Amino acid sequence: MLVYILKRLLGIIPTLLIIITISYFLIRMAPGGPFDLDQTLPPEIQASLEAKYHFDKPLPVQFGYYIADLMRGDFGPSFQYNNYSVTELIMQGFPISLQLGLSAILLALIIGCGAGMVAAYRQNSRYDYILMSIAMLGISIPNFVMAPILILLLAVLLPVFPAGGWDDGSLMNQVLPVVALALPQIAYIARITRGSMLDVLRTGYIRTAFSKGLPTHIILLRHALKPALLPVVSYLGPAIAGIITGSVVIEQIFGIPGLGRYFVQGALNRDYTLVMGVVVFYGVLIVLLNLLVDLVYGLLDPQIRLGAQSSD
Amino acid sequence: MQRMRCFVNSFIILVASVLPVPGYAEDRLQVLHRGNGSEPQSLDPHKSEGVPSANIQRDLFEGLISEAANGDLEPGVAKSWTMSADGRVYTFKLRQDAKWSNGDLVTAYDFVYSWRRIVDPKTGSYYSQTLAPIKNAEAIIQGKARPDSLGVRALSSTVLKVTLKGPTPYFLGLLTHSSTYPVHRASLQKHGDRFTRPGNLVSNGAYQLSEWAVQSHILLERNPHYWNNAKTQIDRVYFHPVENISSELKRYRAGELDITENVPISQMGWIRENLREELRIAPYLGVYYLGYNLTRAPFKDNLKLRQALSMVINREVLTDKILKTGDLPAYSWVPPGVANYSSIEYDWKSQPFKQRVLEAQRLYQEAGYSKANPFTVELRYNTSENHKKIALVIAAMWKQHLGVKTRLYNEEWKVFLANRKAMKVTQVFRSGWIADYNDAYSFAELLHSQHGVNDMGYTSAEYDRLLAQSAMQLDQTKRRQILQQAERHLLNDYAFIPIYHYVSKHLVKPYVGGYEDNIMDHHYTRHLFIKPH
Amino acid sequence: MVCLIRKSVWERKVVINAMLLKQGRAQFAANRAARTSVIVLLVIILLAIFGPWFSPNNGEDIDYDYIAAAPTLEQGHLFGTDSIGRDLFVRTLQGTRMSLFIGIVATLVSLLIGINYGAIAGYFGGRVDAVMMRIVDILYAMPFMFFVILLMVFFGRNLILIFVAIGAINWLDIARIVRGQTLSLRSREFVDSARVSGASHWQIIRRHIIPNLMGVVIVYVTLTIPQVILVESFLSFLGLGIQEPQASLGSLVSEGAQEMETYPWVLIFPALFLSILLFGFNLIGDGLRDVWDPKQRR
Repeated sequence: MLVYILKRLLGIIPTLLIIITISYFLIRMAPGGPFDLDQTLPPEIQASLEAKYHFDKPLPVQFGYYIADLMRGDFGPSFQYNNYSVTELIMQGFPISLQLGLSAILLALIIGCGAGMVAAYRQNSRYDYILMSIAMLGISIPNFVMAPILILLLAVLLPVFPAGGWDDGSLMNQVLPVVALALPQIAYIARITRGSMLDVLRTGYIRTAFSKGLPTHIILLRHALKPALLPVVSYLGPAIAGIITGSVVIEQIFGIPGLGRYFVQGALNRDYTLVMGVVVFYGVLIVLLNLLVDLVYGLLDPQIRLGAQSSD
Repeated sequence: MQRMRCFVNSFIILVASVLPVPGYAEDRLQVLHRGNGSEPQSLDPHKSEGVPSANIQRDLFEGLISEAANGDLEPGVAKSWTMSADGRVYTFKLRQDAKWSNGDLVTAYDFVYSWRRIVDPKTGSYYSQTLAPIKNAEAIIQGKARPDSLGVRALSSTVLKVTLKGPTPYFLGLLTHSSTYPVHRASLQKHGDRFTRPGNLVSNGAYQLSEWAVQSHILLERNPHYWNNAKTQIDRVYFHPVENISSELKRYRAGELDITENVPISQMGWIRENLREELRIAPYLGVYYLGYNLTRAPFKDNLKLRQALSMVINREVLTDKILKTGDLPAYSWVPPGVANYSSIEYDWKSQPFKQRVLEAQRLYQEAGYSKANPFTVELRYNTSENHKKIALVIAAMWKQHLGVKTRLYNEEWKVFLANRKAMKVTQVFRSGWIADYNDAYSFAELLHSQHGVNDMGYTSAEYDRLLAQSAMQLDQTKRRQILQQAERHLLNDYAFIPIYHYVSKHLVKPYVGGYEDNIMDHHYTRHLFIKPH
Repeated sequence: MVCLIRKSVWERKVVINAMLLKQGRAQFAANRAARTSVIVLLVIILLAIFGPWFSPNNGEDIDYDYIAAAPTLEQGHLFGTDSIGRDLFVRTLQGTRMSLFIGIVATLVSLLIGINYGAIAGYFGGRVDAVMMRIVDILYAMPFMFFVILLMVFFGRNLILIFVAIGAINWLDIARIVRGQTLSLRSREFVDSARVSGASHWQIIRRHIIPNLMGVVIVYVTLTIPQVILVESFLSFLGLGIQEPQASLGSLVSEGAQEMETYPWVLIFPALFLSILLFGFNLIGDGLRDVWDPKQRR
């Protein structure tokens, strides 16, 4: 088990190197630079700025500098927000994005699994149809439409929640963005849970349990839930990726000072270091979370032994 | 509604009593919340660029000259000043009671230090050109002279002598620009790049920096050492970065913002109906135009085509029916309302539109195009709802009246800028110019053949000559006539199509007092106050 | 070597059997939701293709007398007009056409890469498989959506780029599914007999493996098209989607979302079409999955 984890952690390194290299050269290939403004800078000033950030050197040399800094955990200075280093910006934004993302995943899991179970247990009943139709709505309305509708209804017309801002993560400020971020994932998870629950409910041991007259909630929660959750766990990887990209939009709409908001802004401003920082950071996060998901999967599924030879 | 909100609030607090809800029902007395566009680039007045930075710096710092609520110049750190007869030497007398937020006196030496810092290429300031009229400034910017050769000297701690390279009638106006603000030398030397952080930043304006949460808010608090502190009413002011303008409106409506930085064009109709009293629209020093690339075919040496395309654009339909923002249809280069100036306009402005179209069709045919042999053109614009709409409408007008086929190119800002500057692939492109100071010259200079933002590649020896002549002219009336002559020359060359003159647009809550519209769109927090409500 | 622990949902569930096809068709027809979806989608597709011909407007010209007008029968503005006076009925249908087009082409791109990649890995197995799947694992960890955004920001909005970018994300899924299926197919008798009769690897993959994968692939296609349409709309919201005057449902909806309080119809009609498309494809995908999932046969 430990050996397996270590191997996987080692495997992260080439993945990260590829991510860093691709994004670095992709960003640098883009037309325009961080100091191109609508007014023209005098050449001496332009040169002084470029020298400060090593732009006067050939690109591979600059890449070398960047990697060397990165090894020391230094993401470099931000070009756009020149009073801050990228490391500082990430450290400020990340806890907020993490809190937002985790809340959304948890909400999606609790409500999604719950709705899926109910729908499966009452297959083809009215509950099933209603729950699954709502789930489909979650899938078929993009969150950038859902978010303004939520704000309009619950912050402007009926002022229950704030319309934006973070306010150090107060509960009221979190409700709307978390819901908007979680809705599509709730829908996917509900559908997956329903499908796998239906499978599980048809298996012999569950039928036996029912015929023995065990109470329904005990059968569902104690016996059926664990195997039914396997596909949900395997969906968590894509779900995390979905929440991270979703947060780019949600953070912008709600004015939340998270990491995702830097990404598009940074790319537009050619803030090379900031964009790189966000990409690398999210890259590490996605890799680590995928590892975690695999471990959880291994714990839940007795048929899979971690580290075993794969033969499918 | 407010009661409802309180009720729900307390209910939720009861339910989740473990989790505090800080700042939500804060006492709003003399606390102001301003929407501020995007996150400011920096709070260092010499190293930042853009409106969001300048908005905050106007509250944090004070230059020699300041502005009243209506935009008129008024004494800032300088109590009084004199100008020499040839207009080349200014002597400023500084206030004795001007102080930094740590209690230090603001001296003439601070200004000497700060201005040398701006023009020093090592600083890498975006706005070094603001001080270009000062003697030796340009040589220093180009690295040909030492910063201490700048024509600025402190005669004593309260007397500052500034020598210019030539008479500059708008020089005092320049000194309201945020890049001319002084910085506190001791704290800058102590903290280096981190001197703008809360706790480190020492400022000399009405406010001092209290909190800076990137992408969340910047909080300023009253500077007790400010010389005019007794007249300042707002105690705390929050600047919230809200890039998404629709979100900004919603937050304003929810009562989280008192003043917005912008107004979503797409909801202008709704706002005019429902928030009429709170909408503040005022002329602004800017022109929105389409530029021609004059260095290449098809527009090089094709005056008739350029004129025809300009004439068939119905600017009134565009501003009144489509945009509905109150922007002013433009037939000139310099906007209305510029100090000591009145614009020259195209004489076909007064013609009935139908007649204009006939005339344009004639020119179009003389240029060699017809319905059977239509002109095909590429129109470039940078990504924005507003630019997109305007480009679509203009393309439709060209198609309707002349049969021109337009291909739209939507480019992201930096790509767009790179293409515009290269002048290789551009044909017609969207552009806009916002003046840094209230003088016709700040518009006129853009089309000088040597100007860095002359992306049309317009060159005219006669025009350059007129501008040089105006710079030497001390008499206001004669100077105005020369600049008008230059503008007429410019318009007749059809180097661009003026579309509209900008207006500034804000929503201001009725309980915010002291707010006055002004052409610079500068709204110092120290002029404002919260009325009881 | 690292094992592929996570299997995609479909990989686990879908087992194809050509014998079931016929039976499946009847079963699919019995699924009311799926059946209705097929009909509704067909209607929308026909409408998107032929609808604009029946409108007096063309979606490009500006009707200066009807700027941001609510739906009206006059001038044939059935869905009203947008904020610059273009007919929304025609624009919505054009947008639907574009969204379907993007969805289908990008899905085909990912199919083309994914099927070949997965089939090769699964067919050869062993070390080839290990290396190829390791690459897929690495790519899975890429923050792809970020790369897509970067590409769109830097190189302009270009239809081909959208296809390539979206297709490049989705082929990973199909490669995994196809590999799993191929692994189980390659030991079947008909593959053995083809090998004995001297068919080349390539011939076997093309004639015997890929045709047998069609069941999974169809399920995958119906579930991927809506995803692609959503990705495109996400790009449109960020201002990186399709180039005006062309429209997609995504670009119309993101524009409408800005104006929903002032001119609700600008949001409602495109959003309705978008939702119906996504709804329909998902329901059909579910229906097909039920058909080809032996566990759910009753």
